[in-house]
Amino acid sequence: MATENVLEISKLNVGFATERGMLKALRDVDLSIPVGSIVGVVGESGCGKSTMINAIIGLLAHNARVSSGSIVFEGSDLLQKSERELRDIRGTRISMVFQDPMVSLNPVLSIGTQMIDIQYRDAISKAQKRARSIEMLNRVGIPDPESRLNNYPHQFSGGMRQRIAIAMALQAEPALLIADEPTTALDATLEVQIIHRLRDLQHSMGCSILFISHHLGVIAELCDYVVVMYGGEVVERGTVRDIFHRPAHPYTCKLLECDPARIVETTRSLPTIPGEIPDLANLPRGCIFADRCDRKIDICSEVAPSTSELAGHHWTRCHLAAAEPTA
Amino acid sequence: MKPLLELKDLRVRFRSRSSLSALINGDRDPFVDAVNSVSLQIGEGETYGLVGESGSGKTTLARSIIGLVKPQEGSIRYDGTEIIGMPSSQMKKFRGIVGTMFQDPVGSLSPRMTIRSLLAEPFKIHGMTGRDLGQEVNRLLEMVGLNRDFGSRHPHQLSGGQARRVGVARALALNPKLIIADEPTAGLDVSVQGEILNLLDKLQAELGISILVITHNLNVVRHITDRMGIMYFGRIVEQGPTSTMFDQPSHPYTLALLSANPEPDPDAVIDRLELQGEVPSLLNRPPGCEFHPRCPFVEDNCKSTFPEITQLSDDHSYRCHHPRHVE
Repeated sequence: MATENVLEISKLNVGFATERGMLKALRDVDLSIPVGSIVGVVGESGCGKSTMINAIIGLLAHNARVSSGSIVFEGSDLLQKSERELRDIRGTRISMVFQDPMVSLNPVLSIGTQMIDIQYRDAISKAQKRARSIEMLNRVGIPDPESRLNNYPHQFSGGMRQRIAIAMALQAEPALLIADEPTTALDATLEVQIIHRLRDLQHSMGCSILFISHHLGVIAELCDYVVVMYGGEVVERGTVRDIFHRPAHPYTCKLLECDPARIVETTRSLPTIPGEIPDLANLPRGCIFADRCDRKIDICSEVAPSTSELAGHHWTRCHLAAAEPTA
Repeated sequence: MKPLLELKDLRVRFRSRSSLSALINGDRDPFVDAVNSVSLQIGEGETYGLVGESGSGKTTLARSIIGLVKPQEGSIRYDGTEIIGMPSSQMKKFRGIVGTMFQDPVGSLSPRMTIRSLLAEPFKIHGMTGRDLGQEVNRLLEMVGLNRDFGSRHPHQLSGGQARRVGVARALALNPKLIIADEPTAGLDVSVQGEILNLLDKLQAELGISILVITHNLNVVRHITDRMGIMYFGRIVEQGPTSTMFDQPSHPYTLALLSANPEPDPDAVIDRLELQGEVPSLLNRPPGCEFHPRCPFVEDNCKSTFPEITQLSDDHSYRCHHPRHVE
């Protein structure tokens, strides 16, 4: 591949040791984030999105076991790093924006205090840190940033709080920003404001973004590449146009069909995907999606499919794609 | 159509500072209006969608209907009976007729109780212990499509979609005529969202209940509601039949909201009406039309005169001096 990747996950396997045995939360996950691009991750809850993020930033629960694979960030494997080395990367080279800014901001400290506190690594004066915070707030579009630094989180609206969280995450000019459903709590007009702001900042700062969302519309508008996850596996990944215009995996197709935004005629009975996500502690023998797939063939319940490349940058993990390469 | 629920000029105010502090600071009116002159009607068997960003007063409105907050002015009539000022013994009975689905599905279920006891709780609270509760619980579980085995589980053992189903079952326990669903699909994936909405639709068809849906997901509103209202800053700025509202929005905020909705198509060309600025603070209500600081079509009279309700047709009304799409 010609493009350079800021992050490259390959063959990552993560399990959780539970009473019922090993819960195989991630299986052979491959993902790459090219420098300066926005990669979207979609999938139902429980598909492994959070486990993947936690694996990247090294915050997996104590019962997690990484059995194999690598997470190469800026040329070195994060899984081989010590806790100390990881701490130097988190917050400076990789930073994160969470779903609910009210929870990620400290309610009893002013925004200014928090923004200056997180620059504890930098050997510059407090006034310089303050100036940098003001500049950052300005860039995310907080009006009158200088006086707003003295305000507390509850004095800002939801959209502004999320922008402050973004400002704090980008303050250290990270190479990778992980945004975990940052617009879920906002209305449509603010959602659009935030995603445009993210795009602009990404352009001007040249960072890459890993963007997790349920909202397919936001993914389509913001992202360059999309990764579709199901039951702990990456079932399809490709450019945003591959995924939305030429979906190859039956799960991706179903997911797109289910989005009420794509249904032109109003209807009271919305499409669903019948069935349940398989038990990750007791995996089916064949394809992970076979039970719920309406295009299943004999081999699907017997053999787990391997990942096949359909075209440049477009991969899927499905027997059908391997059988009919022109799909 | 006979209205089942009728709200008239409803106003809910919250104290913003203590009486002493108000006296010292010379604040004559130490209150904020969370809901302001809201009138709406929900007919029998009808689904009404209430849309607006967080903080616009949707949830406060819903809570005032079931008597969890006390409105200062206006009336709420259910089937002709006034609810405001109802003695608490009667209010308790009334809450049996109105089923409520709260925002956070897992958070609204007590973590220490089994699903079976959670579902039996409404009957116990309302003194209906005479009947066979075990059978009632099974009936409810079946109604929302959950296996009987779920009865012995605890809330943390449920997925988001399953917890929603339990929420629906609890709301339905006492055969209500009205269901208030506060963000029934927030945080759910599109396929699970479809399941919950289909379930509500099926139950509505079978039981003839009315539903008040509170959400900021416009795609959901478009498909499942008969009529909708847009809330901004504690007021309903426009309401009418859902199809008319989507085809011919009159209020600029409605227009902005509808055009902001991202399309799940990376090549979609969206003619967006982008809003400038921030949602003002409730403590600092703008004079004139509350939307004017963000409105792209603002004119002089918007800044000084508060717009009254204009009735466009029998059931379509808006609050704006310079409406769009009105000849």
